[in-house]
Amino acid sequence: MLRRLTLVAALLAGPAFAVGPAFAVGLPSEMLQDPAQEARAREIGRELRCLVCQNQSIEDSEAGLARDLRRIVRERVAAGESDAQVVAFVHDRYGDFVLLRPPFNAVTAVLWGAPLLALGGGVLAIVLSRRRMRGALVAEAPPLSPEERARLAALEHSEEDKRTS
Amino acid sequence: MATTSRRLLMLAPLGLAAAGGAGFYAMLRGMGTGSYDPKGVPSVLVGKPAPAFVLPALDEAGVPGLEDAALRDLPAPVLVNFWASWCVPCIVEHPQLMTLAREGVPVFGINYKDKPADAAAFLARRGNPFLRLGRDEPGRVAIDWGVYGVPETYVLDRKGIIRWRWPGPVTPEVLQQDIRPLLRRHA
Repeated sequence: MLRRLTLVAALLAGPAFAVGPAFAVGLPSEMLQDPAQEARAREIGRELRCLVCQNQSIEDSEAGLARDLRRIVRERVAAGESDAQVVAFVHDRYGDFVLLRPPFNAVTAVLWGAPLLALGGGVLAIVLSRRRMRGALVAEAPPLSPEERARLAALEHSEEDKRTS
Repeated sequence: MATTSRRLLMLAPLGLAAAGGAGFYAMLRGMGTGSYDPKGVPSVLVGKPAPAFVLPALDEAGVPGLEDAALRDLPAPVLVNFWASWCVPCIVEHPQLMTLAREGVPVFGINYKDKPADAAAFLARRGNPFLRLGRDEPGRVAIDWGVYGVPETYVLDRKGIIRWRWPGPVTPEVLQQDIRPLLRRHA
């Protein structure tokens, strides 16, 4: 809300604001004057975690540290650094935690591998159960035990008796 | 044979749930005792020397400012403490810093995003534990250290390598269980 109001004020004030300091904190004039650079800075900022609120990117957060990091990103973009260089600057200081998209390394291997593990486990379970089912169908029935044979013979006899009677 | 393996398979979900439960229990316990913090940001500086910086002194404190050169080749391990007069946990930890300072442990301070007059009033009221104190009003040096909130405390060994970082107040427990053993180990 406040931002919107300051934006309106800035628009009304027009050129007076445009020539002001490039990095006034918390104001639209915090934005870079070059729209392409500002868009790049925003893209970079959206990938960086605010370490205070932790579930917001530095672009979304109103925390003081997020504001400082936004300024640093813009200064570095304005100085002509590549996206990777800007991200590396912040990553060097705050580690993997600051990246909203965690990189693949030894620590995050389980994180990234979990869906594959789950899928692999599921496929394995299906293959095993299907093989067992087919095995059960194909496997020959064990030979009859003497008792079973005797019972079978008895049944057959009684069946014949019924027919003949 | 087939029936026992099937029975084991039936136990698999139960085993998974039990393992998960044990894991969550360990996490909860750790959160209770303070050894596990799900929101903690691990420091990438541990094992490295302090980043390059030069910070001006707080005139009223009567001690010199702080720069990275003062954190190399030390006679003893030191603490570097980021604090601010507007930070409530900093009041909680202050007596512990005073205790260390009285014992002769070098405690260096970095005053984060503070007004000099407020910082001076804080120290005048509660005592100054700092041998050196740098003012980081813009908060840029704190970012170079990977600080994400105050207070934060670092222990550096005699070579100036950062050995430990604690985000949050130095309570009497942290002092006894973490800082004192570290100071002994790196003495």
